[in-house]
Amino acid sequence: MQADSLTYIFLNSAIVNNFVLAMFLGICPFLGVSAKKDTAISMGLAVIFVMLVSSATAYGVNAILMAFNIEYLRLICYIAVIASAVQLVEMTMKKYTPSLFRALGIYLPLITTNCAILGVALFQTSREYNFIQSMVFSLGAGTGFTLALLLMAGLRQQLELAKIPNVSQGAALTLMLAGLLSLAFMGFTGMGA
Amino acid sequence: MNNKQESMSNTDQYEQISSDTFLRGLWKENPVFVMLLGMCPVLAVTNSAINALAMGVASTFVLLSSNALVSLLRDFIPKQVRIASYIIIIATFVTMVDYAIQAISLDLYNALGAFIQLIVVNCIILGRAEAYASKQPLPQVLLNSLGMGAGFTFALLCLGSVREILGTGSLFGLMLFSENFQPWVIMILPPGGFFVLGSWLLLFNYLAMRKKQNISLNQDVTLRQESSDAG
Repeated sequence: MQADSLTYIFLNSAIVNNFVLAMFLGICPFLGVSAKKDTAISMGLAVIFVMLVSSATAYGVNAILMAFNIEYLRLICYIAVIASAVQLVEMTMKKYTPSLFRALGIYLPLITTNCAILGVALFQTSREYNFIQSMVFSLGAGTGFTLALLLMAGLRQQLELAKIPNVSQGAALTLMLAGLLSLAFMGFTGMGA
Repeated sequence: MNNKQESMSNTDQYEQISSDTFLRGLWKENPVFVMLLGMCPVLAVTNSAINALAMGVASTFVLLSSNALVSLLRDFIPKQVRIASYIIIIATFVTMVDYAIQAISLDLYNALGAFIQLIVVNCIILGRAEAYASKQPLPQVLLNSLGMGAGFTFALLCLGSVREILGTGSLFGLMLFSENFQPWVIMILPPGGFFVLGSWLLLFNYLAMRKKQNISLNQDVTLRQESSDAG
């Protein structure tokens, strides 16, 4: 497979270099919202949407910055773009799906500080993807994020029935689980670059 | 009259400077181990102690300078746009750090990768700006951010050194063991980050639980100690 083919970019960002489990981007929502499968799916979809919007806008912004030779403003512009995209999603959700809006709670505005989204924008710039490649890349990254979130939520829901020692309750157990999941995803290494 | 009262009550809300202002970031409210904030850099750049240290210092600098600015501007920033303003302030300092590290050490820059720029979205910094710097005057904010930064660096070093020792058998690049040492490679790979952080949390949970038991069984413990001393 060619390194710049669209299939390769998608699989690479979704599975081989999974954003959460291999590159440690977006750990906060990964640990925070992965308690239930329903919220995990909607969180994942919200993140995919924000990623696509911000990635497309970031591509345009970067082109403008390059034209004026002011790349040092890149970070500031990207973060402003992402913050507005999140605001957009928040308003849409509040209007059309209020129950979902309440379920996601604080984690919805916190998508702004989700490093996965800024990560997508930064990586697509440093890897010099063109527009189509950027979109596929962000779709793959979002899918990978949702996949990891969903797997984690499934595991955690099963664990609610299990008997575990008091000491390991809470974040410690979640991190150990994430480690095992990450170990499983290591199996894909070597399929990518 | 009213104004005077208001300003009086304002100063009353300010925290008294004490050693706690600095120390609680280091231990009691450690951003990583207790508040579980800023997980991404904690896991991603701690595959060696030197990377962990560099990341800690860079984050502390951004935390300190952006929170100082937020604290100085706290009366000028309108409430509705405060988050956006904080982010812009933080992003400015991160850009500075990004270019500075690139100029000082290109190796380090390549090792840390995109994670220097991703300091922008480190929840610790925005969280401190929102919860502390926007309400307190400069000296308190400086001390508190320094404490939080030190706590963050401490946590990064805890992870980084353990992972480097287990994963490569060295610390800060110095070999610790003889050539027969079999490196536990998984520790410097992504899963190792989760495992080591999980283990630290387990340890702290265990210590906290034991402390709680000790307090409730204080009487017993002193008795036991006395008997063991006698023995």
